Amino acid sequence: MTKQVQQLDRVIIRFAGDSGDGMQLTGDRFTAETAQFGNDLSTLPNFPAEIRAPAGTLPGVSSFQLHFADHDILTPGDAPNVLVAMNPAALKANLADLPRRADIIANIDEFTKRNLVKVGYAGNPIEDDSLAEWRLHAVPLTSLTVRALEGFDISKKDAERAKNMFALGLLSWLYSRPTEGTIAFLEAKFARKPEIAKANIAAFQAGWNYGETTESFSTSYEIKPATLRPGTYRNISGNQALAYGLIAASVQARLPLFLGSYPITPASDILHELSRHKHFGIRTFQAEDEIAGVAAALGAAFGGSLGVTTTSGPGVALKAETVGLAVTTELPLIVVDVQRAGPSTGMPTKTEQTDLLMAMFGRNGESPVPVFAPATPSDCFTMAVEAARIAVKYRTPVMLLSDGYLANGSEPWRIPEIDELPDISVRFTTAPNGDDGTMYLPYLRDPATLARPWAVPGTPGLEHRIGGIEKADGSGNISYDPNNHDRMVRLRQAKIDGIDVPPLEVDDPDGDARVLVLGWGSTYGPIAAAVRRVRKDGGKVAQAHLRHLNPLPANTCEVLRSYDKVLLPEINLGQLAMLLRARFLVDVITYNQVRGLPFKAAELAAVIQDVIDSD
Amino acid sequence: MTDTTNGSLNGKGLALIPRAEGKQTLKDFKSDQEVRWCPGCGDYAILAAVQSFLPELGLKRENIVFVSGIGCSSRFPYYLNTYGFHSIHGRAPAIATGLAASRPDLSVWVITGDGDALSIGGNHLIHALRRNVNLNILLFNNRIYGLTKGQYSPTSEVGKITKSTPMGSLDKPFNPISLALGAEAGFVARTIDSDRKHLQSVLRQAAAHRGTSLVEIYQNCNIFNDGAFDTLKDPATRDEITIRLEHGQPIVFGTGDNEQAVRLSPYGGVEVVRRSEASDDQILVHDAHNPDPSPAFALSRLDEPAFQHVPIGVFRSIDRPSYDHLLNEQVRAATADKGAGSLADLLHGGDTWQIN
Ligand SMILES: Cc1ncc(C[n+]2csc(CCOP(=O)(O)OP(=O)(O)O)c2C)c(N)n1
Ligand code: SF4
Ligand SMILES: [Mg+2]
Repeated sequence: MTKQVQQLDRVIIRFAGDSGDGMQLTGDRFTAETAQFGNDLSTLPNFPAEIRAPAGTLPGVSSFQLHFADHDILTPGDAPNVLVAMNPAALKANLADLPRRADIIANIDEFTKRNLVKVGYAGNPIEDDSLAEWRLHAVPLTSLTVRALEGFDISKKDAERAKNMFALGLLSWLYSRPTEGTIAFLEAKFARKPEIAKANIAAFQAGWNYGETTESFSTSYEIKPATLRPGTYRNISGNQALAYGLIAASVQARLPLFLGSYPITPASDILHELSRHKHFGIRTFQAEDEIAGVAAALGAAFGGSLGVTTTSGPGVALKAETVGLAVTTELPLIVVDVQRAGPSTGMPTKTEQTDLLMAMFGRNGESPVPVFAPATPSDCFTMAVEAARIAVKYRTPVMLLSDGYLANGSEPWRIPEIDELPDISVRFTTAPNGDDGTMYLPYLRDPATLARPWAVPGTPGLEHRIGGIEKADGSGNISYDPNNHDRMVRLRQAKIDGIDVPPLEVDDPDGDARVLVLGWGSTYGPIAAAVRRVRKDGGKVAQAHLRHLNPLPANTCEVLRSYDKVLLPEINLGQLAMLLRARFLVDVITYNQVRGLPFKAAELAAVIQDVIDSD
Repeated sequence: MTDTTNGSLNGKGLALIPRAEGKQTLKDFKSDQEVRWCPGCGDYAILAAVQSFLPELGLKRENIVFVSGIGCSSRFPYYLNTYGFHSIHGRAPAIATGLAASRPDLSVWVITGDGDALSIGGNHLIHALRRNVNLNILLFNNRIYGLTKGQYSPTSEVGKITKSTPMGSLDKPFNPISLALGAEAGFVARTIDSDRKHLQSVLRQAAAHRGTSLVEIYQNCNIFNDGAFDTLKDPATRDEITIRLEHGQPIVFGTGDNEQAVRLSPYGGVEVVRRSEASDDQILVHDAHNPDPSPAFALSRLDEPAFQHVPIGVFRSIDRPSYDHLLNEQVRAATADKGAGSLADLLHGGDTWQIN
């Protein structure tokens, strides 16, 4: 049978199965093949907080969505064109997201009476006509895999386990993906178990061959490589990019990195990643709690390290007092908050932008800190370097707000040349700075930046004491003088207000839009995709995105005031909106969702269109 | 291979810290700040003892750091002309951990109070002790909250009448020595503000110890808990109460007819008996280096009930690898194994592709 090959410009695939089915791995491999092939892509893993929820149940469903295209794309996609459902739970949990005519590849071996009942199906959707709206491909993935592996010296369980590789092979055929990478990956992954490696490779190839021969699939697809900016690329997740950014910052600052951290979803992978790179002189310290994590980082900063602590919202709440100590002792410190749905434990694996006001104000006293937020997974690299640049230049703790969506999502990243990275090296103070030439004044500020000197222990003649009690301007001695306190509060604020952040750029192609969509942090992709849709339909809309939230770019007010309407979508109940209204008296129009999920571009496009059309 | 022993550093807590060239004096360690404790406070005596002890270490002054929490005692660093960090309530051990782990060339001292170390900072204290970073923790135990004006503390005796417990406190106190031994501490000692010689000899041993050392210092708060340790100071009672532990020596105390000895109890633990009732070979010989902490723990229980007998001195001093040493050894081993990190190699690691 000759099969047709059809050209597509983009596809969204969702792999869904039980937590134990290896869907994240399958998605990762498909992503790697797609990246190798040269498509632009964006991914969104979605997994339960439970490590192994009961098999076959709805809470146990784990999925991985991948959007890839022959042009540059901005989000993992709203709705999948293809759903791979490894069991009835995966089908049931994901069907609502599936548009009509989308393909469903279902593993019918798992659609047993027992499994169907477990998730509340009365009948078998594969057999009744309840899936008539979709293009159903019923494939016995498990039994085909087991049969393909009959000759191998492995247990039945191991053979069944390889069904995800069969599925991967089938999808790889369907979308004409290169296969060498996956074969090499499996060889390396199971290097110590060659029989398992061979079996998985055989399952993968059997899946490919099945696609080629079965009548269930009459067409395969091609998606041409995207034309991206020339350079060397790799695929990278937000957490990995953030970890690499911190390493780059340490190299560029010429300061050893000290990470104090306590495990918490979705931030732990940064701790894991940094722990693997000790040969960069990195010291990672898994503390007894979040307070000790940040406290140790601050202690290391006092000693001249680049002090970093990584956590999520509940951890930031615990760290507040120590961050305040860093504010008043004016030591560089990077506090990474990979935000997740709250309050309290909330939904640990789901995303949210709800820690902005905590980052801004969640400390006692007037306690200003810079707050930055990366816009995309790969931007986590850039913004980690930026956070370090500001921390060391201004001697201040910096809050870096990533979130679950950025942390686990991935995209191709053009690897920067080392000489494109900023030189953020610091000079420690090594000589007395007092008028008399012998005194050291730890709070004598640089007139340009208002930063205080940083003299580290081990420097002779500069022995000094710092601490949380209010300090006299200049000498740093304990002071309860009312006027001094008033001055110090204002100086600390002025220092943060004066931080050099780049101006807010506006994307307004024709320059005649009357509506501006503003966003911050991880909403960049969905907002930009929505803006594209609106423009494609002839709508006029400008877009601007904040990565520096404190201080705000100097031109922020001017930008906001130059549009009739400003629409501000946030994954919270309007936290940035509150700040902007208070600062600039600009009544931004809010659009808020807190569903633990990123915005969908189509939804946002409709909201933007409404704002354009209204009045 | 990572070297997982302390190697040649055993017993040399100061080996990696640069030594001063000239001779130092007490004056070198006094800061220009006015000391602000209440007149008569035990903290003065401890400060004087430390200031006159530091020159003896012969370390570069700039390589000494005092980190403290919050409390009267935690003001200590301001009065020493070394590097100092007066931090927040309870967190000094954690801050000092980051500093000492990243800077093996520093001699790091933690100053803390009974509330600071055992209440709000209890978690950091026990983890510092088990982790064994090269730190010296001096716990000023006045059995009261001084700075907040006299509430009972986690070392106050049951029934303590204070502003917050007008009908008497209800909860059983910690015994800091027992707690530290239970937390896997490698060096545990107790001393008292009024006995400068003893205090300094304990500090000397603590400094020499590589790893975390905990020194409990009984400190009189003459404003809110005056006389808490009087029975240990009053010549009429002190010799019958104080048990001076010396490594390798039989544990005997008291004088004349009141001479007493410590021996193993048939019920487990140790007991105090009249010297005349114990044969020489029954008397416990103090072994601070015993790998088994049980005898030291048993000794720490002798103050029950109500300070009847109070051992002072070094309860335990054993060598085990310090965390900072092991951590830096991992950094060294990784660098030896993979070469010093190259950022370009790191960023280009994994699957990459080229777009022209
Ligand atoms: C987070 C926090 N909670 C409470 C306090 C108030 N506070 C300051 S010192 C102290 C207790 C001090 O007692 P202790 O540690 O025994 O020190 P002392 O004053 O007796 O030397 C308390 C409760 C504080 N400074 N910070
Ligand atoms: S309150 Fe007590 S501990 Fe505090 S300074 Fe006064 S006497 Fe010393
Ligand atoms: Mg106290």
